Amino acid sequence: MFRTLFILIKKEFLQIFRNKSILAIIFVMPVIQLVILPLAANYEIKDIKIAVVDHDKSTQSRELIRKITASGYFKIMNYGENYNDAYQEVEKDKIDLILEIPNNFEKDLVRENNEKVLIAINAINGTKAGLSASYLGQILQNYNQQIQLEMNPELETVKKNSGLEIVPKFWFNETYNYRLSLVPGILAFLVTLIGGYLTALNIVEEKEIGTIEQINVSPIKKRDFILGKLIPFWILSMVAFTIGLLVTIFVYKIQMQGSYLLLYAFISVYLIAILGMGLLASVYSDTQQQSMFMVFFFMMIFILMSGLFTPTESMTDWAKYIAYLNPVTYGVDGVRLIMLKDSGFMDLLPHFVFIIGLAIVVISWSVLRYHKTS
Amino acid sequence: MKQLITFVKKEFWHVLRDKRTLLVLFGMPVVQVLLFGFALSTEVKNTKIGVLDQDKSQNSIELISKIKANQYFDVDKNLRSIEEAENAFKGGKIKMILVIPAQFAQDINSGKKAQLQLITDGTDINMANQIYNFMSNIIMDFYGQETLQPKSGVQPEIRMLYNPQLKGAPNFVPGVMALILLIICVLMTAIAIVREKEMGTMEVLLVSPMKPYIIILAKAIPYFILSMIILVSILILSVTVLDLPIKGSLLLLFGISIIFIITNLLLGIVISIVTDSQQTAMLIALVGTMLPTIMLSGFMFPVENMSLPLQMIGNVIPAKWYYEIVKNIMIKGTGLEVIWKHVLVLIGMMMVLFVIAVKKFKIRLE
Repeated sequence: MFRTLFILIKKEFLQIFRNKSILAIIFVMPVIQLVILPLAANYEIKDIKIAVVDHDKSTQSRELIRKITASGYFKIMNYGENYNDAYQEVEKDKIDLILEIPNNFEKDLVRENNEKVLIAINAINGTKAGLSASYLGQILQNYNQQIQLEMNPELETVKKNSGLEIVPKFWFNETYNYRLSLVPGILAFLVTLIGGYLTALNIVEEKEIGTIEQINVSPIKKRDFILGKLIPFWILSMVAFTIGLLVTIFVYKIQMQGSYLLLYAFISVYLIAILGMGLLASVYSDTQQQSMFMVFFFMMIFILMSGLFTPTESMTDWAKYIAYLNPVTYGVDGVRLIMLKDSGFMDLLPHFVFIIGLAIVVISWSVLRYHKTS
Repeated sequence: MKQLITFVKKEFWHVLRDKRTLLVLFGMPVVQVLLFGFALSTEVKNTKIGVLDQDKSQNSIELISKIKANQYFDVDKNLRSIEEAENAFKGGKIKMILVIPAQFAQDINSGKKAQLQLITDGTDINMANQIYNFMSNIIMDFYGQETLQPKSGVQPEIRMLYNPQLKGAPNFVPGVMALILLIICVLMTAIAIVREKEMGTMEVLLVSPMKPYIIILAKAIPYFILSMIILVSILILSVTVLDLPIKGSLLLLFGISIIFIITNLLLGIVISIVTDSQQTAMLIALVGTMLPTIMLSGFMFPVENMSLPLQMIGNVIPAKWYYEIVKNIMIKGTGLEVIWKHVLVLIGMMMVLFVIAVKKFKIRLE
């Protein structure tokens, strides 16, 4: 029984190695992407382009503007004469934020200790807008404290006494490395992409060319045929993962915190589930085009709803369920947990349970659906 | 001309026969626009945090209930030790821990400098930064009110332009639109031609009296029509279901979308000319375009933060320009006066791809 399987695997490998361009895609493309793409992931919001419309031009308004520039978050691009001109600049994407200081700013501030300034933010990107507003809010708060102390020096003692200090700590990433957040996640995703596509396309190709008919009429068992398809791609995906892991460690200098054994155990099981899904897609399609569109459809959802780019917590409730049923969520999270936090087997137990369950479901599903006679 | 029409008809029939692919082709944009328009958002909400209260005083309890009252955070765990805190992080369940030291109340009340620690999970830096900011604002607000007169000084009046509720959809829908049109168009043409090559039917076509450009045109036209239908259905969805208005000119949006679709179809044709199996064509089209488009075209990560070489790579991705155009026309309502440069870049890309396609195709023929 093992002989047939062995021969099938050998045949499969010979076929794969004959096609040089596929090999290049499997091994070179992920490496290039892993080297280039994480460099894009810089969420740090600084140099927010700001236009100041200062109608007051007083000492106080200048002091406020000085504080804003000194914070390092904002870059003043121009001083407009009126709001509409500045708004035109926002329309042209030249300005992110407008600060309008009213005419009697200094007077009102001194007389009534109360004044409003207008802040208009380009909010197409909600995150960026929210952060800009929050930075500016902090600067204003500081500025207000300073003004109040200037006007009521007796508050000085109160302030000194009730100082509250918040000490931030970033665990697992003391060097504040942006790439750390993304590289392991992208690694997990690239392996998913490659493993999933290869299996999905390969079996359909045999269907399309007609060679699958020959196998179907031969005495090869269904089980051997499917294993003979899965094992080579599983090995290739493991190799691709290893190459990616080397890039992560040597190019990005991300140190492996956890156990290699656990990481490989996790990826092995994970890939079985992913290849199983590719298998399922190929069972349900007759042409490569069909299976590819199907895989593409799911991959798009998988990647965008995996928590790799946007937090799963902030999704709406029904969307969270999709994220919980998404294997990539577990793949990305698992690699991150082991590599970056040294999480142990017990921490990853839910991940293992889900992935093993998924693997069993998809593989038995496709074996049941796969008929030797069509 | 008659020849072309007959050929287009034949190709169209070919496409329509494959019901399963059609289902995916039309189902995909609908499902994805809805999914990403509703579900995706980068805002901080219901973030699970842990609290390690070593003080257990009136002050610390008040502070914690103040945090609990906030929609940004869910106090998920009351921790007893720093080891327990570490384990909570390792299980990946919580994102931040607030540590209140034992002498907190004493320090606050006796006027000494009191300390609070905010430990965040640094493996997700973006999240860590955002929640740190939100949390320190909440805490400072709470304690600031006691020492200073509230609502005095300069108060900001904040106006969120174009997206007052800070929803995810205005940002994600144009991005998903660019992504879907790009990948569908490139894949469809790339495969259609390689498939004929692989099956050997291309030879038959090439020795027929049909001119090669007619063959390519006949292959591309049905997919062009399909793409336009997909575009219309995405637009209808975003207006009716997602409440995203099309503020600018619909005509302009369509005109530019046509340029973008043709550019992508040409890209697919070029890929199909240089490859010789469906698998290679698909892997190049998919693995090569999906992640780079998502990451470099600006709808996930701000382009202005990227290094110059990376921005240059982003600049050769047609979807990046289209995304900016759609954002401008749909959400901002601006016209050609703002986006003419983007449009020129797209037209330039289209022409370059056209020249490459024509040249390469001739070489193959000889």
